[in-house]
Amino acid sequence: MASVKMPQLGESITEGTISKWLKQPGDQVKKYEGLVEVITDKVNAEIPAPLAGVLKEIKVKEGTTVTVGTEIAVIEESVAAAPTPTIPRERGREPQPVAQESAPAVAAPMPGEALGGGSTESRTRLSPAVRALIEEHHITDAELGRIQGSGVGGRISKKDIEDFVGRRAQPVAANGEQRQAVAEAPAVPGAETTVPLTPMRRAIASNMLKSKQTIPHAWTVAEVDMTNVVRFRQQVKDSFKQREGVDLTFVPIIVKAVVEGLKAVPVLNASWSDDGVVLHKDINIGVAVSVEDGLIVPVVHQADRMSIAGLAKSIDDLARRARATKLTIPDVQAATFTVNNPGTFGTILSYSIIAPPQAGILAMDAIVKRPVVLDGDAIAIRSMMNLCLSFDHRVLDGVSAARFLQGVRRWLEGFSEQVPLY
Amino acid sequence: MAVKTYIEAIREGMDEEMARDPSVFLIGEDVGQRGGVFLASDGLYKKYGEDRVIDSPLAESCIVGVAIGAAVNGMRPIAEIQFADFIAPAMNQIIEEAARFCYRTAGDFNLPMVIRAPWGGGVHGALYHSQSIEATFSHIPGLKVVAPGTPADAKGLLKAAVRDPDPVLFLEHKRAYRLVKGEVPDGDGVVPIGKAEIKREGKDLSLIAYGLMLTYCLEVAEKLAADGVSAEVLDLRTIKPIDQAAILATAKKTGKVLVVHEDNRFAGIAAEVSAIIMENAFDALDAPVMRLTGPDVPAMPFNHVLEDAFMPNAEKILAKAKELAAY
Repeated sequence: MASVKMPQLGESITEGTISKWLKQPGDQVKKYEGLVEVITDKVNAEIPAPLAGVLKEIKVKEGTTVTVGTEIAVIEESVAAAPTPTIPRERGREPQPVAQESAPAVAAPMPGEALGGGSTESRTRLSPAVRALIEEHHITDAELGRIQGSGVGGRISKKDIEDFVGRRAQPVAANGEQRQAVAEAPAVPGAETTVPLTPMRRAIASNMLKSKQTIPHAWTVAEVDMTNVVRFRQQVKDSFKQREGVDLTFVPIIVKAVVEGLKAVPVLNASWSDDGVVLHKDINIGVAVSVEDGLIVPVVHQADRMSIAGLAKSIDDLARRARATKLTIPDVQAATFTVNNPGTFGTILSYSIIAPPQAGILAMDAIVKRPVVLDGDAIAIRSMMNLCLSFDHRVLDGVSAARFLQGVRRWLEGFSEQVPLY
Repeated sequence: MAVKTYIEAIREGMDEEMARDPSVFLIGEDVGQRGGVFLASDGLYKKYGEDRVIDSPLAESCIVGVAIGAAVNGMRPIAEIQFADFIAPAMNQIIEEAARFCYRTAGDFNLPMVIRAPWGGGVHGALYHSQSIEATFSHIPGLKVVAPGTPADAKGLLKAAVRDPDPVLFLEHKRAYRLVKGEVPDGDGVVPIGKAEIKREGKDLSLIAYGLMLTYCLEVAEKLAADGVSAEVLDLRTIKPIDQAAILATAKKTGKVLVVHEDNRFAGIAAEVSAIIMENAFDALDAPVMRLTGPDVPAMPFNHVLEDAFMPNAEKILAKAKELAAY
């Protein structure tokens, strides 16, 4: 028997939701054959069977969310796939290695099982200190069962018990049921509904909270005359679509301008750490895409090596896959800066929250026609856009932020047919 | 208060005791005109003369034997064994005579004498200049064994050893001589024999050590703190009589103990500390008492790679401490 555990599907992912079992108990599974579909807050993934055999038991039902490392199924290893010692014995003719003499008693344990077995034993083996604390604090077996052991093989350590007692002591009533009753009682019965939290909602909530709690945000805006860009795009968008099969939107053009800005102000393409400001060599631009029940930020890796056309294709591909929930783990990792486009919904000033560990996020607001005073005091109708930058004030100061925005603005305002699309 | 090296503190301790009490004298190989091979007694010959700083023949049984005779007759000798490795020829004098003298005479005679011995390795000293001898001598009833880890403790314990009515084996780690520096209090600053000291407070696990290993353990505690593990460091200071109360207090506090020494593992000080904890603090334990020690090989080798393999260091202690923290 080997246990299948919820895998870690990305560096920051701590839990996953079983979306669909592709095999049912009793089914034969081949090694690496799709076993189950898992949804995480970032991507959906098909988990392959770790070995060949028969699916004995499904331990986690569809729709249930469990933490990484939780056992989700048990597979009985098939005889044919991994020869047990009985087979060479039946064949008889083959000389048996000496080491196999004792093997029948062991019954070919799989690595997974060995681990699982060990952990059960470790969990139930309580140290004298733990036993003493259990007695002192009158911890019941049921409570003990709920404690997650942090020691070797899941062993419940003294600290685990102390932490548990600390948590238990928090409400005065010391009664979990009462606490729940208070929390769930709505102010006006029946007047509210609670929308269950999706993994994505939870991830957004925790990232945004972490960002606002740890990053001192500063915010600044530059007003950009987009008339040249608008005119140019108007001229080429149809032929571009025909040639490339994707729309030439403002996003790849802005991303290109951002890349140029970041090249000029590398300290914004950076991360804060206690050891120092980490400057990133690659410029990987996250592009926020709104999806059905939230927001996802796929990443254009090494955006500094791409033309506007290349960026347009890459962003189009990522956005499509994001909406079809077909992004892979690398697609959503390692962004060094983010571009957000709330302007399509008509906003004119956006205060975005930085996605840690990045140092900044740029919001493109709506392009609107406005009367503008030009050089020589003429008044003209121009297409204006606000670019709003939130930045980590630990990493850089207003001067660098302003220099970045100025670079982006100049690049966009100086746009002409001479700027290569490819 | 002034920052001094470990060896300066020892020299100062001898100097002050010799100035305070005319019955205190120093005897050993090259301790006089040469000031000792490590210069521990540098300047004392000039200051106190050849009657009180005596260059002995190259015969350890003679050095200790003379000291015993002088002590019986009311003197307070400090006998230096040039390297702890050379103490074997004096074992008969130490074990059969010095350690038993008070017992044999039903308390009529005490032997107020100190045997100083530079010990330990990590100095490329090879087979004859690197060994640890504390477990061997701690096994002998009637002997006190002291192994300070800081300059202040070295000076304070040396003074206590000189003033003690019984024979004290005073171990000075030779790698610590110039490596370990620290504040040494002005004035007498006597440190009582038999008292361990918490050198760093912690709550998750305890590191128990003495001598040079104390320095490494403090370094490790600092690194563990960066990982969120709060380590308490107990410096035994005196190996015998061992401070049971201090050992049990820290074991009961953290429930996880790692004992570190450079001496061989088998029947070493860590085994004794471990047994004390098992017998008296079993109910407080959250993990088996762990040991990190030198290996059971005949001697510290000269080959530098092998010497490093022998010596416990901060890296090895850290790895073991992490294992204990994760248990």
